[in-house]
Amino acid sequence: MVSALCFACALMVILPLALVLFHLVRMGASSVDWAFLTQLPKPAGEAGGGMANAIVGSLILIGLAALIGVPIGVLGGVYLSEYASDRLSWSVRFAADILNGTPSIVWGMVVYALVVMPMKGASAYAGGLALGFIMIPLVIRTTEEMLNLVPNTYREAALALGIPKWKSVVFIVLKTAGKGIITGVLLACSRVAGETAPLLFTASGNQFWSRNLSEPTASLPRQIYDYSIGPYDDWHRQAWAGALILILVALAINVGVRILTRGSSPRLVK
Amino acid sequence: MTNESQFSVKAEPPPPALGPPPKRAPAPPGVTFDVQGLKVWFAAHQVLFDVSLQIPPKAVTAIIGPSGCGKSTFLRSLNRMHDLAPGARVEGRITLFGEDLYARQVDPTLVRRRVGMVFQKSNPFPTMSIADNVIVGLKLNGVRQKSLLRERLEQTLRMAALWDEVKDRLHAHALSLSGGQQQRLCIARALAIEPEVLLMDEPASALDPLATAKIEELILELRKQFTIVIVTHNMQQASRVSDFTAFFYLGRLVEVDQTKKLFTNPKDKQTEDYVTGRFG
Repeated sequence: MVSALCFACALMVILPLALVLFHLVRMGASSVDWAFLTQLPKPAGEAGGGMANAIVGSLILIGLAALIGVPIGVLGGVYLSEYASDRLSWSVRFAADILNGTPSIVWGMVVYALVVMPMKGASAYAGGLALGFIMIPLVIRTTEEMLNLVPNTYREAALALGIPKWKSVVFIVLKTAGKGIITGVLLACSRVAGETAPLLFTASGNQFWSRNLSEPTASLPRQIYDYSIGPYDDWHRQAWAGALILILVALAINVGVRILTRGSSPRLVK
Repeated sequence: MTNESQFSVKAEPPPPALGPPPKRAPAPPGVTFDVQGLKVWFAAHQVLFDVSLQIPPKAVTAIIGPSGCGKSTFLRSLNRMHDLAPGARVEGRITLFGEDLYARQVDPTLVRRRVGMVFQKSNPFPTMSIADNVIVGLKLNGVRQKSLLRERLEQTLRMAALWDEVKDRLHAHALSLSGGQQQRLCIARALAIEPEVLLMDEPASALDPLATAKIEELILELRKQFTIVIVTHNMQQASRVSDFTAFFYLGRLVEVDQTKKLFTNPKDKQTEDYVTGRFG
C-alpha cells in the first residue's frame, strides 16, 4: 500500500519531465535547423532567421557569471569549511541559504540599481553580474558540503607530514573534493542558464550581435520570452525551438555531471 | 582552529626534509622526549593530569591503557596535533632532544616534520597514486629534484617493507592496495620526510592478524633507526614489540618500566589488574 503510494509520487516527479521533454521535442524539434543555430533574428514579421545571437549571448552571460560566482563561491566555501569558527560559519551558511531562496528578480533589481543606472544602459556585464550573484550562494554551499565530506583523517595526515595548512587545503583537501565541487559549479551554471527574470532589465535583449560586453545582449531565456508573447506564428515556432535548446543544454550538463562523478563518491567514504 | 602564523618560523635547525639524507646524529644519551607535568584540556574537560615521562631513543615505547585513558591525547601532544583542535589547551613542558616543542617561537609545522605520525585507520590520500602518496610530504615541502624524489621513493618503500609488493605498479591508485599494504604505505609516507621520531596511534587495530604481524615486524626493524612511540590497546602487541611500556589510567600515568618488568612484575596494583586482564 505504502509502496504503491510512493511509486505514484515518484511517477509524478518523472512524469512532468517526460511530458515537457516530449512536448518541446514535438513543437520545437522541427524548427531546430542550421539557420536557427547560425542566423540572426529576421525583422519582425519576416519568416526565417535564427537565435544565434541569443545562444552566444547566453554562453557569454554564463561565462561572466561563472567568472564572478565560481572564485568567490569556492573560496567562500573553503573558508567556511576549513577556517571559520563555528559561529561565523553558522551565520554565513544561514545568509547563503536565505540568498538561495531570494527570488531571482530581486537580483535583477539590485544590479539595475548598482550597475545599469550608473552606466546608463543594460549590458552583458550587468546581466553576468546578476547571474553571478545567484551563483555565489549556490557554489558556496556545495563547496562547503563537499569539503565537509572529506574525512578529517586526510587533513590530519597532511598536517602530520609537516605540510603547511594552506598547502594541505589546496593540494589535498580541495583535490579530494574536486569532482564534487566541479559538479556543484556545473549545476549552478545550468541553473542560471535558465534564469529569465534577472536578465530582463540587466542584459536586456538585442536583435543583433552585441559588439562588446557593455552593450545590451541577447539571451535564450529572454528571446524565448519575447517570441512566445509575440504576435507571429513563426516567432512561436522559434520560441519552442529555443526552449528545446535550453532544456537540452541543461540536460547535457546534468548527464555530464553524472558521468563525471561516477565512481568517485565511494572513494570519499572508503 | 589555532592560528599558526602567530609563531615565527624558526631559522634552524633546517627541516630534515629539505636537505640531503642527513646522517643520523648519534642520539644524545638518555632521552628523546622529556615530558614534564603535561596537562591537556579539551575546553573545560581535563584529559591528562600531570604526566611526566621520558622516552628513550632508538627504542619502542608502548602506551597502554583502557579506552579514554588519554593515551592518544598524550601521543598527539608529542607532535602538537592538538594545535588543530578548537578548545584544546596544553600545559607543561615537552622537549625533543632538549628543545622545547611548545616554546613561543617554535613553528608547529616544523615540529611535525621532525615527529612523524601514523594513524589508527590507514589514510592514504585517495586522489593520489602509490608513488605520489609517498613523496607528497617532500613535494609539498618544496623538494622538486626528480632524482632525489625517486631515490627517496624507493628507499622509504623498502624501509616500509612494501617495495617488492608495489614496485611494478607505483602509479596505480593508492586505494587499490589491501588494508595492511595501505597502512605500510602510510608508514612509508611518514618516513619519507625523514622524521626523527615515529608516533603510531594503534597502527594495527584495523588489520587482520597476518597484516598485523607484518606491521609488528616492521616496527622491530624501524626501531634500529628511529625512536618509536606506539599507542596500543593490545597488550600482547605491546609485549611483543616494545622495549618500554607506560600504563595510563584515567588521564594519569600510573606506571612506566621496561616492558618485561611491567608485564611480569608490575609495581602498581592497577597496572597488575590491567595487564592480567582483570579490567579494561
